[in-house]
Amino acid sequence: MAILALKNVSKSFGALKVTDDVSFEVPEGQALGIIGPNGAGKSTLFNLITGNISADSGTVEFLGRDVTRTLARQRCLAGIGRSFQIPQPFSKLTVYENLLVAATFGRDRSEREVAQTCAVILERTELIAKANQPAGGLSLLERKRLELARAMATHPKLLLLDEIAGGLTDGECQSLIETIKAIHAEGVTIIWIEHVLHALNSVVERLLVLDFGRVIGIGEPAAIMESKEVREIYLGIDI
Amino acid sequence: MIWVDTILQGILLGGLYALFAAGLSLVFGIMRLVNLAHGDLIVLGAYLILLLVTLTGLSPFVAAAVAMPFMFALGYGLQKFMLNRVLGDDILPPLLVTFGLSVVLQNALLEGFSADSQRIQAGSLSTASIEIAGIGLGVMPLLTFGSALVVIIGLNQLFYRTSLGRAFRATSDDPTTASLMGIKPAGIFAKATGIAMIIVTIAALYLGMRSNFDPSIGPARLIYAFEAVIIGGLGSLWGTLAGGVIIGVAQTVGAAINPEWQILAGHVAFLVVLLLRPRGLFPRAVD
Repeated sequence: MAILALKNVSKSFGALKVTDDVSFEVPEGQALGIIGPNGAGKSTLFNLITGNISADSGTVEFLGRDVTRTLARQRCLAGIGRSFQIPQPFSKLTVYENLLVAATFGRDRSEREVAQTCAVILERTELIAKANQPAGGLSLLERKRLELARAMATHPKLLLLDEIAGGLTDGECQSLIETIKAIHAEGVTIIWIEHVLHALNSVVERLLVLDFGRVIGIGEPAAIMESKEVREIYLGIDI
Repeated sequence: MIWVDTILQGILLGGLYALFAAGLSLVFGIMRLVNLAHGDLIVLGAYLILLLVTLTGLSPFVAAAVAMPFMFALGYGLQKFMLNRVLGDDILPPLLVTFGLSVVLQNALLEGFSADSQRIQAGSLSTASIEIAGIGLGVMPLLTFGSALVVIIGLNQLFYRTSLGRAFRATSDDPTTASLMGIKPAGIFAKATGIAMIIVTIAALYLGMRSNFDPSIGPARLIYAFEAVIIGGLGSLWGTLAGGVIIGVAQTVGAAINPEWQILAGHVAFLVVLLLRPRGLFPRAVD
């Protein structure tokens, strides 16, 4: 079953069409990568999926339900978790408190359960040593890890990662990939926007290419990277 | 000895100003909303307590406890149906709306209770005093200061020990991201203003028992509250208590030098702090 299905979704900001008749499905448990040049509308696509902005036309279905007109908060509770391209931690809260906030609200869970879940996530995202530090003082890698941890704390069925590997060194990137792989191995569906292609290709099973708001290709990563159109538009290589 | 006494009286008076200021500080800290009707809401609370005491013969303290849920509901509703609509990037609309609310409250109170000055009768408590090390301290000022301490400690516990407190801080930090975590900022703001109104009720109780009040005194209480909040550093709760104490001490010391200087000395102390530490004594970064 498709966990997420977009059907003919369009969005314009003024005269600029940032999402142009986008349709695709993501089967449950799959990891889908999204690539495309800057300004192709990748982050906008995420905002449409999370409900931060609403579509002008078309529908967004999550777990078979039409969620096009629901609020970001409701979609979060339904199981759509998200990390931001530019990490946006609650900087005055500690790392642990950041997770507690993400795990607590709108959910029928006891404080004890929430605390346990958060402790496990801190362990897995290798933030346990920083648990009681204010999130404002974290390094870039730690902030990225916190983005991932906080998205995990909302207990997502679908996890959206927005350029989480951007700006990291190779070593940092590799350790983050391992964490993401482990999360994916548990059956969490992932959609990942990334410019760091080797990071992306080591995790995802399918690749979607976006350009000027349109889907210009979707399929096996190897096949997509081979296609002439993608190489021209995305890599800017004239072959 | 007289100076020790003067300063102690000032510290205790600071408790009252801290109570005026704590609600203002809470609301500003969470949603960057400057409530210009804060002083008038304190006066409204005082009239509500007076009404309960007069009609039912309850002790003022019990009457205040009875008034609290009503004041909470008033704050909740006020935020949910009015103030949330004007909160945004522009700080002017909330200022205008709360200024308007201040005018409406003053006139409504004038219409309902006339301009006569009133007082909540506290019986023998208002003159009771105890002697510590040769210094006579009024029971009422001590109670006021103790209540201020309880309020500040309680708010700190709420902020740092409960999930509601974490939601307050998260929403204050970034409402958009908070809503992605399943928090409803509008509901959080409404609860915050409701809690602020409970503190307003406590402030109203002591205001009404310690001095005369009439519908027009709200704005002056707002000024004291503002000064305490700004001296303390915007949004810091312990700073707010320190700010209240500084104004209180300045006022009693000023009054000891020349009775006409009481109010002036408080404002001068505020200006001096503002001149030396424009961000207040305990800016939020340290909080």
